[in-house]
Amino acid sequence: MFPTTRRSVIAALASDDSDERRRAFDTFVALYWKPLYKYLRVARGREVADAEDLTQSFLAKCFENGSLSAYDAAKASFRTFLRLLFDRFVANELKASQRQKRGGRSVQLDFGDAEIEIAREHDRGGSPEDYFQREWARSVFSLAVERLRDEADLTRFAIFEAYDLDDASHASYRETGERFGISESNVTNALAAMRRCFRGIVLDVLREATASEAEYRAEVRSLLGVDA
Amino acid sequence: MTWLSDNAVAHLRAVAELPDFSHTRYQLQREIARGGMGVVYEAEDAELHRHVAIKVLASELASEDAIERMRVEARTIARLEHPGIVPLHDVGLLPDGRLWYAMKLVRGRRLDELNAPAADLLRVFLRICEAVAFAHANGIVHCDLKPENVMLGDFGEVLVMDWGVARETGARDAQIAGTRGFMAPEQERGDAVDASADIFALGVMLRTILPSKLPHALDAICAKASASVKSDRYETARHLADDVSRWLDSQPVSAYRENVFERAGRWLSRNRALVTIVLAYLVMRVIVIFWIHR
Repeated sequence: MFPTTRRSVIAALASDDSDERRRAFDTFVALYWKPLYKYLRVARGREVADAEDLTQSFLAKCFENGSLSAYDAAKASFRTFLRLLFDRFVANELKASQRQKRGGRSVQLDFGDAEIEIAREHDRGGSPEDYFQREWARSVFSLAVERLRDEADLTRFAIFEAYDLDDASHASYRETGERFGISESNVTNALAAMRRCFRGIVLDVLREATASEAEYRAEVRSLLGVDA
Repeated sequence: MTWLSDNAVAHLRAVAELPDFSHTRYQLQREIARGGMGVVYEAEDAELHRHVAIKVLASELASEDAIERMRVEARTIARLEHPGIVPLHDVGLLPDGRLWYAMKLVRGRRLDELNAPAADLLRVFLRICEAVAFAHANGIVHCDLKPENVMLGDFGEVLVMDWGVARETGARDAQIAGTRGFMAPEQERGDAVDASADIFALGVMLRTILPSKLPHALDAICAKASASVKSDRYETARHLADDVSRWLDSQPVSAYRENVFERAGRWLSRNRALVTIVLAYLVMRVIVIFWIHR
């Protein structure tokens, strides 16, 4: 069923209610800052200081002057619109040589964390667009995992983390059960429940990250690979 | 925020899409196919210890309309109990609201993957016509007949699949569904459709599965079935099948008026054994007469 409780942050960013706008902006930042920063660093080859400054300036500008309200769902996905807007912003900033941290709302971002992630990533192939798409998918899933961690039962989440998130672990259901002191069938049930919740949260995040029904469907198809 | 490796993202992508059947008696084994409406998986029925195919509605389509549409598809298949139509075993809703239904798992290949002599293909075609005629008799039009939607089992089964866009005879659909090239003109226009639309698709299908150079009579059968004017087509799928059967038996077909040479040729081919015996007798007589008068 469609997640109806989540509202599109893109719509909420244009809200008259400042609290709603701020909450939407926080979600927007959580979802997009890393893909944008890493896109500059890896796909566009910018230096760390440059990329940090430009990402922060861009996000601050988005909040202050409402440049995201120019988005037209009929023309492209929000993700594509944002990347093109970011490209244009970076080009203008560099051309005018006026790059500086802007005033107003400051955006707290952990760039050191993003740099550690870049060092750990192996797949940097494809076009800049492909790279941005990949990072965006990683960001959606990461946000969903964080929300799941907040909502789920501790043991069940630990099982999910050990079995579905840990690359190094090749444990079977039986071995995972032994590790957590539960039966194999309980591992199966816990994983099924966690995956079901995770899927629901991913759909929620996508609902928030898109502006229209058509875009939502296209992003679900793109992210979950239905037509892949 | 948790950093996820490329492998973890790929794994999560797979498990997030994977339907949750933990509350049912089915255990998913592998994905078989993906289509416009959903994904088909092979699963094991833990109660009956048999393998089944389970079709699950695609995530991005899980709207009330799509669920209802798939429910109608399931009910349509359930109504059509025929050896040529894949039987439905079970239907249900996943915890996330997606509809699924379990059906017979057909092991084999699709008609478009079959490489066989024309006569064998025609015999398969006759079985398809029987199943389609049965659906028509029950007031259902398939609306998407094509070689890709026919499965041939390893033990001679011929099954018409994918009833996802089937509708009641005479129904009009706001959404034009079907496969371009196989759709009758009235179906492409979005007009109300009846059995005639399927007969058109059967005609195109027949031409598609057979070699490009066809005998005139067979060519005429294809042309009559896939005539753009509805009233020029066969009246029923059974009439089309009858004509194909007659052609297989070297009898005249209703779709083609043959000339005297063709009639003689068909008579010769139909009575090949008799003609061979008579010819052999005549040759023997000639040899004997020649030997006596030597």
